[in-house]
Amino acid sequence: MALSGMRGLSVFISDVRNCQNKEQERLRVDKELANIRTKFKHEKGLTPYEKKKYVWKMLYIYMLGYDVDFGHMETVALISAPKYAEKQVGNVGGKEFSESLAPDVQKLLISSSCRPLVRKKAALCLLRLYRKNADVVNVEGWSDRMAQLLDERDIGVLTAVMSLLVSLVANNPDGYWNCVSKCVKIIERLTRSQDIPQEYTYYGIPSPWLQVKTMRVLQYFPSIEDPNIRKSLFEVLQRILMGTDVVKNVNKNNASHAVLFEALSLVMHLDAEKDMMSQCVALLGKFIAVREPNIRYLGLENMTRMLLVADVQESIKRHQAQIITSLKDPDISIRRRSLDLLYGMCDVTNAKDIVEELLQYLTTADFAIREELALKAAILAEKFAPDLSWYVDVILQLIEKAGDFVSDDIWYRVVQFVTNNEDLQAYAAATARDYLDKPAVHETMVKVAGYLLGEYSHLLARRPGCSPREIFPIIHDKFPNVATSTKALLLSAYIKILMHSQPGDPELQKQVLSVFKKYETYLDAEVQQRAIEYFVLSQKGPSMVDIMAEMPKFPERQSALLKKAEDTDGDAAELSATKLRLQQQTSNAVVVVNQHSANGTSHPAPLSSVSSGTRNIDRGFLEQSQVGPQHNDVPVKAAGMVQSLTADLLGDLLAPLAIEAAPASVAATPTTAILPLEEPPVGPADPLALAVLDGNSSSVQPVGSTSDWFNALCKKDSGVLYEDPFIQIGIKGEWRGPQGRVVIFLGNKHTVALTSVRAIVLPPSHLRMQLPPVPELIPPRAQVQCPLDVLSLHASREVPVLDFSYNNSAVTVGSKLRLPVVMSKFLQPAPISSADFVAIWRSLAGPPNKLQEVVRGVNPMLISEMTELFNMFHICVSPGLDPNPNNIVAATTFFSESGATLCLVRVETDPADRTQLRLTVASTDASTTFELKEYIKEQLVDISSITANPATLGFTGPAAALAGLL
Amino acid sequence: MIHFVLLFSRQGKVRLTKWYSPYSQKERTKAIRELSGGILPRGPKLCNFVDWRGLKVVYKRYASLYFCMCIDSEDNELECLEIIHHYVQILDRYFGNVCELDLIFNFHKAYFILDEVLIAGELQESSKKSVARVIAAQDSMVDAAKEQMASLSNIIAQATR
Repeated sequence: MALSGMRGLSVFISDVRNCQNKEQERLRVDKELANIRTKFKHEKGLTPYEKKKYVWKMLYIYMLGYDVDFGHMETVALISAPKYAEKQVGNVGGKEFSESLAPDVQKLLISSSCRPLVRKKAALCLLRLYRKNADVVNVEGWSDRMAQLLDERDIGVLTAVMSLLVSLVANNPDGYWNCVSKCVKIIERLTRSQDIPQEYTYYGIPSPWLQVKTMRVLQYFPSIEDPNIRKSLFEVLQRILMGTDVVKNVNKNNASHAVLFEALSLVMHLDAEKDMMSQCVALLGKFIAVREPNIRYLGLENMTRMLLVADVQESIKRHQAQIITSLKDPDISIRRRSLDLLYGMCDVTNAKDIVEELLQYLTTADFAIREELALKAAILAEKFAPDLSWYVDVILQLIEKAGDFVSDDIWYRVVQFVTNNEDLQAYAAATARDYLDKPAVHETMVKVAGYLLGEYSHLLARRPGCSPREIFPIIHDKFPNVATSTKALLLSAYIKILMHSQPGDPELQKQVLSVFKKYETYLDAEVQQRAIEYFVLSQKGPSMVDIMAEMPKFPERQSALLKKAEDTDGDAAELSATKLRLQQQTSNAVVVVNQHSANGTSHPAPLSSVSSGTRNIDRGFLEQSQVGPQHNDVPVKAAGMVQSLTADLLGDLLAPLAIEAAPASVAATPTTAILPLEEPPVGPADPLALAVLDGNSSSVQPVGSTSDWFNALCKKDSGVLYEDPFIQIGIKGEWRGPQGRVVIFLGNKHTVALTSVRAIVLPPSHLRMQLPPVPELIPPRAQVQCPLDVLSLHASREVPVLDFSYNNSAVTVGSKLRLPVVMSKFLQPAPISSADFVAIWRSLAGPPNKLQEVVRGVNPMLISEMTELFNMFHICVSPGLDPNPNNIVAATTFFSESGATLCLVRVETDPADRTQLRLTVASTDASTTFELKEYIKEQLVDISSITANPATLGFTGPAAALAGLL
Repeated sequence: MIHFVLLFSRQGKVRLTKWYSPYSQKERTKAIRELSGGILPRGPKLCNFVDWRGLKVVYKRYASLYFCMCIDSEDNELECLEIIHHYVQILDRYFGNVCELDLIFNFHKAYFILDEVLIAGELQESSKKSVARVIAAQDSMVDAAKEQMASLSNIIAQATR
């Protein structure tokens, strides 16, 4: 912009800048404004250059924050100035001054003497102003002006005016009734191609945009009563519905269908006769079956809309099969629409089909859509369940298939249902038990099953394999691998099982008590406290049965799921596992120190609440845990709530219920009240400290299984590698081709600094690794990060070892840990077409590049499970490539320093005997082939330890910080 | 209404952006990142619509360039798709077989043309001829201004020699 020549302007700006204070600046500005004002008064004498200069000055003044209440006309005049440079200034200025510009713009729009170019800009400018401030059109008789404007012959201006009208009518349909008949005239004129200049036809269609906009305007009027107008409008719509053909030209097709879809929505809106409606449904039914994806998408979308406005459910149901097919469309946009539609059209008659379809789809659905899918399936199952056992089946299947995506609300709901329906209890418990038998059980499943079995397993006691003594080990089997919150829940389940076993079983009691005993020294305060208190309680014998009675029924309340679906509508992906994890993180930051205060406050728990019946306590605990999903809530809060445990808690807490919560105070209340304990329950904190110290002097044991951690990390990139009472080692890896970076997090969980920390990596020959020296000292509750760079040289199954040790002021602890730098980290899934696969497969004729082996002793699993396993190890399974459904064909790329190697894998299973299979691996490199074959073999044979639940990490202490980084 | 217009290349390089609704710089970068990440991997046989944060993005690929427009979820998608095509046709006519390089080197022209096609997120002109006329008039104004500047600087140069 030619600013260089404007001396006056730069002088003015530097004057303003040199002002010492605000007062001086104001004086200078006022002087300039006065100057400009006089100049503009004698406008005739102004050259364009001067005009431009003054507008620039005013703009500058305006930007400084002063009010400029004149000169808008000059600015507008500049917009239409003949010279480019002036025009530009006008445009810039126009924006800044726009607020007070509306009346001028209106004038421009209405005046017939203005050029069409200016008028259409004025129309849209007014629209923009209107969006900012609806008052700009609060002018007497504005709707008449709008109606007049609709007589405009210039299609460009008319299009712009119509955009303005859409916005006006959308906000205030009553004000613009007089425009209806004109709009109908316009649409008539357009569809008949009367008097439309050639340049305004688009692929032979008279301005499709104007047609769409006009019909859009008509949709904002509640209804059209005038029979004549209605009749002529329906004639037009009928013509559009019938007269739109599919043609070859894509753009013409799009344009005509844009009009058609708009006409469809208008028909729906006008609530046409039955005939026309079913005609619409038929048309949409045709659309959802065509090949053209855009049309299919819009067909589904409009069907969903149709459900909302018209009574067409029955005719849409006829297309159910086609809609379900769309659920498997390769395009996620279409899948989403079809999911929406299925959700909308579901009712009692088709719920079973649709939900089962959704469940089936869940296993293959992409991550972006899974949570929404799970939620919708759960809601439909609840809403339209033909019988309750089916509902329980569906939810348990849901958890099994997509545990990560099943939010807590879903399983809370199922528990509520089961608790409130006595007929269901035995069935639910039995089903849950069956699910626990499966090889890989999701943590959520452990929670539900643990809860249900804890409550109702005694109903099954007479069935084979369901005695308390048999149930307990099934649950306890999962115990080491679950998060702390789940552990706490399971402890409650144990004591319930124990209490309900009639007659008492000494063997079972011994087992359960040993578990309680073991976890009396557990690091997590919650688990520890439960363990201690249940231990004491259980020794009190049958008199305690009441305390551990079944949960009372829940008050009926609106499904939290529905509420959630409403809340998250349109944004379901946001509310994903990550968000939940975040909540858990904050709540996990409970430090042992809190326990004092927690117990302190809970200690004087009012006896009255206890004596009023133990049920009350149970209820209180339940309700109180409904406060929120932060089940690990700081005990202080929970304790406080117990004190205020009154009836009103029962009523107004509609938040999702959290069965697993049972914060410290829950068990503490009965303890303090009922047990004649000499020691107040403040105790646990102190013995805990002692116990930990005791453990110290002997040997420090990891709190879980190192091999489980290792196996879990083989499948994901971040998590815990090792944890004992003093230190937690976490890992976060990033892998790109042959290179990787593993960050090792060493977190001191203890209140004493760890000294002589040492960590050395012993790399195998196929990896190049570099670990910088680790600091010798980790301060209390601090975390150290050590980045480790890895380069893969060639294929091998060996893994590097981390040799680390530390001194915790009493004893030196050391361990050698395998680092999860396994072969799969250097693999990348390689989707491959069947032609390519066959060609490469053939070209690699036999050993050593292609190796085959019959593997025996395979851990039996379904093809789908195996597929999932392969995909987890970045070996991309191509479904359908092998015609035999019992075979798996997969491809992956192995990266090493020397480059990428494409590897092909084929697994042939025998459905009759799942313990053996034939494995063939082929690649262009003999050693890679061999190593990959051996690697896969290891995974298949050793499956039980590998499919250990991935979500087994209980973050405590510094781990909460660690989790923040992961 | 159209909330924004986005042009990016096959490689994800942004070639043109125009925002009709207020978005902070941070939101803009985020939107661009999310959309290019969401759209680029989509195959050629999929539909031209993507859901995005409760809105809908209509996109179309022309050679190496993706044209995206973000509209409200209840707006007419096909209409918007043809606005894209309309804009591309005008560009094509103006540049004569438009290619990505034209838009890189003459990005200001691309913006000028877009300003004549869309204002306030609404279609302003559906006639290609009419847009072409306005742009031609604008160009001639630029030329005249340039000429004037050149002759002025000539005079100054000669005078100061």
